[in-house]
Amino acid sequence: MLLPNRYKGKLIIVEGIDGSGKSTQIDLLNKWLINQGKQVYFSEWNSSDLVKSTTKLGKSEKMFTPSTFSLLQATDFSDRWENHILPMLKAGVIVLADRYAFTAFARDVARGVDRDWVRNLYSFAPMPDLALYFRVPVDIAVERILSGRANLKYYEAGMDLGLSDNKVTSFRLFQQRIISEYDAMVDEFGLTVIDGTAPVQKQQKNVRQIVRKILQGWEGLDQPMVAPRRRRRSVQVETSKEEVAQ
Amino acid sequence: MTPSEFYGAGFPYRPTGELLGKLIVLEGSDGVGRSTQINLLRTWLESEGYAVSDTGLRRSNLTQPGLDAAKLGHTLGRQTMSLFYATDFADRLENQIIPALRAGFHVLSDRYFYSIIARDIVRGADPVWARKLYGIALKPDVVFYLRGDIPTLIKRMIHGRGFNYWESGMDLHLADDLYDSFCLYQSRLIEQFDQMAEEYGFVTIDATRPIPVVFEDLKRKIKPLLEEEISQI
Repeated sequence: MLLPNRYKGKLIIVEGIDGSGKSTQIDLLNKWLINQGKQVYFSEWNSSDLVKSTTKLGKSEKMFTPSTFSLLQATDFSDRWENHILPMLKAGVIVLADRYAFTAFARDVARGVDRDWVRNLYSFAPMPDLALYFRVPVDIAVERILSGRANLKYYEAGMDLGLSDNKVTSFRLFQQRIISEYDAMVDEFGLTVIDGTAPVQKQQKNVRQIVRKILQGWEGLDQPMVAPRRRRRSVQVETSKEEVAQ
Repeated sequence: MTPSEFYGAGFPYRPTGELLGKLIVLEGSDGVGRSTQINLLRTWLESEGYAVSDTGLRRSNLTQPGLDAAKLGHTLGRQTMSLFYATDFADRLENQIIPALRAGFHVLSDRYFYSIIARDIVRGADPVWARKLYGIALKPDVVFYLRGDIPTLIKRMIHGRGFNYWESGMDLHLADDLYDSFCLYQSRLIEQFDQMAEEYGFVTIDATRPIPVVFEDLKRKIKPLLEEEISQI
């Protein structure tokens, strides 16, 4: 169990396997919220500068074991948490995260790491105010990934697990294991399931509806570039949009 | 080896296999003489015909460059540092220590995870969280806790490498200068070690005595451990 978010800001995260469409959805959500005059901070999985060179080394030299992979990604998350996410939440910002601790709970356990051990690693991270899980069948995800890029990467395909010598087969088996972990977490953590096979626009409409509910009555930090909502009536909508674009 | 020989779940995806060598850990404060004793023990064990491998914090091929660079900057948070060190530890355990033990090498470890969690806890980490993190750790065959008092540590630091930022715990802002900070920081670490000595069953060695005396003491305590090995064969 993760502790509830006791900070002023709102934490909204997306989860799902590769090719589930979650990044597209959170990107649209991000732009929409900014347009609404909200202060938003976006954080992406595995993006800390501090850990980058080590991750690169481990991947290129295939040095990772399931445990070191898990620990290094937790280090990456912790660095983003301590330097960005936590201060932003305290300041009253909406933090959007493309992947969160649940990615580790799904992937690392699919790699054979102990379930409770990895949950302890992330126990400093609060439960998001909204955790969206984009569920897609493995076939659709595989098709999306393979049509979009030339090559599957070694760890992405779960080649380190030795499930198959064929990258596509290995990817499919690995993703299937991850899906099972995600599915089990829907109840464990109360993830909100979004049908990732629905049209993009329809999914986004659904997402915005849910987010609107979460933000109802909540006063966060305003964007200094935009007039506060209450006073907006006196400001032309067109002008405020232009200001946002700058 | 069964999982009960780990502090927690260990590495469930990979069987550990039979470990023929002994894992011998030397713990204790900065300047207590651990590395000196490790060098003496290594020479002695090799002269007795044993194969020896040694290891110590921050020596993992995976994390060493990144962790060294991170320590030079000023954005490395307390929790991030804990996890980075845990990555280093896991890499060495899986890729160096366990394979060496399996091959029949005795492993001399200059510190283990106890030092890491002592430092983490002194910096505000949750002691339960820190201990669970090291559920991956193999239980050593013996842990020697080289216990020195502050005056002994200071004498050795000045005689040796001098004071530095991390060993003085300057990041904790306990005092304005390296000397005062060293005294306060190391006292807190000793408190943690003393607590763990009981919890984890360390063999406490009085390290305020001269180096050769401590060495003879360690030898005397290690010998039976190795002989029990031979009598089994």
